[in-house]
This record gives sequence, structure tokens and C-alpha cells, in this order.
Amino acid sequence: MQIPIEYYLILSAFMFSTGIVGVLTRRNAIVVFMCVELMLNSANLTLITYSSYLGDVAGQLFVFFVMAVAAAEAAIGLAIIIAIFRNKLTVNIDQINILKW
Amino acid sequence: MTLELVLFILFGSICAVSAVLMITRPNPVISALFLVLNFASLAGLYLTLNAQFIAVAQVIVYAGAIMVFFLFVLMLLNPEKEERFFKEKTKLRIFIIAIVALILVQIIYMIFLSNPSDSVTAEVSRSVQTGTIENIGREMFTNYILPFEAAGYLLLAATIGAMVMAKKKFE
Repeated sequence: MQIPIEYYLILSAFMFSTGIVGVLTRRNAIVVFMCVELMLNSANLTLITYSSYLGDVAGQLFVFFVMAVAAAEAAIGLAIIIAIFRNKLTVNIDQINILKW
Repeated sequence: MTLELVLFILFGSICAVSAVLMITRPNPVISALFLVLNFASLAGLYLTLNAQFIAVAQVIVYAGAIMVFFLFVLMLLNPEKEERFFKEKTKLRIFIIAIVALILVQIIYMIFLSNPSDSVTAEVSRSVQTGTIENIGREMFTNYILPFEAAGYLLLAATIGAMVMAKKKFE
């Protein structure tokens, strides 16, 4: 393994920060969901990196389960967004605020 | 420059650039397409890390199934183009980006402070052995059989939940 492990960790940290900025600045609920997927994937990259550099298979199994949970989360989340869109005809999270205060 | 480093720089730069483009494009469909590009280049990075099975699963599950699902819902709902958040709230945007940049610098500082290169073994043969489907399958169906079954139940529950939630209400 000729590449220093720090390179992968810094790339992962950068992707995670990008995901945070996206979640905080975007107003479209579906795009916010996609930014959450981006953050999940940056965590996956760290797990795979350590799994590969330590020669331990547990990290890759964890990534497999993260993928299963992400698929379930995407299905449920998009179903909720479809249900909200049917009621309010918008997916802008500034207008979906009936649970606020 | 070895081939490994060239591939890392290629896939890593595609990954970083497509992530930034994804959060800055106003059109959600273009955002989703950049996220597909990001996931595909991430699969390439997994290949440079000798994780063959996860790389294939990344392309099939993430870039294939999940993102097609996202695009399907985006085109089904066809939401209006979101009004630019940045136009009227410039101060808030600068505040958010400054805070997140601070967190990023902090994480990078912690990475270099902990010096992870010392604690890892750099044996390529062992790393290649780890990522094979044979090895992952053996671990998954012996030591990790209970989480595997639990993931199956979770997916079943999610399927039923999504059908109940997105169903049209008939009164």
C-alpha cells in the first residue's frame, strides 16, 4: 500500500463536510436526502480504508450493512416525501414546518 | 508516480469535484446525476483499496438502485426549481461555510495529530485477501449471520412501510 492512509481520510473528511454544507443550505427535501447519502458514503470510505490497511474484514461487512440500511432509509424517506407532496404540493423544507414550535 | 497513486488522484479528484458540484447546482436532477458520478468514482477508489466486492456492490446498489429511485421520485414529483437560498441570506451562507470549514480543518488536524500511518500494517497481500468475495461471504455467514438476518428483516419492514406510507388514501 503505497498511498499514505491520510490521503483517503482527508478525502473522506472533505466529502463529509460537503455533505454538511449541502444539508444546511439546500431547500429541496430530496436534495437534502441525497446530501445525507453523500455523508454516509464518506463514512463508508473511512471504514473501507481502515479495513484494507489493517487487513480486517469487519469494516467491509459494516459497509455492506450500511448499504442495506441506506436502501431502507431511502425507500422510507422518499415515501414520506411523496406523502407530504400529495398534501402540500411542495417539497421545499421551509414551507413544511407544521411541527416547528 | 505509480499506477496506484495515479488512480487515486484521478478518482479522488472526480469524487471531490462532483460532490461540490452536486451541492451547488440549483436543478435537483443535475444534482442527482453528479451524485451518481460521485458514487461511481467512489467504487473506483474502493478498487484501489482492494475491496472488490464492495466496489461492485457500490455500483449496483448505490449508483444503480438507490440513485435510480431518487431520480424516479424527482421526475415523478417534478418540484419547482428551488429559489436560491444564497441570494437573500448571504450572511447565513458565509456563517455556515465558515463553521463547516472550521470543522474540516479540525478533523484534518486530528488526522495528522493521531498519525494513523504508524498503526497500520502495509501488507498488500493481506489486504487483497481481505476483500475477496470468498472471505467476506465466509465471515458474513458464520460470525455475522445474526446482523445479516436482521438486515433482511429491516429491508422487509422498509418495503412494507414504504408501501403503506406512499399509498393513496381511499376513504
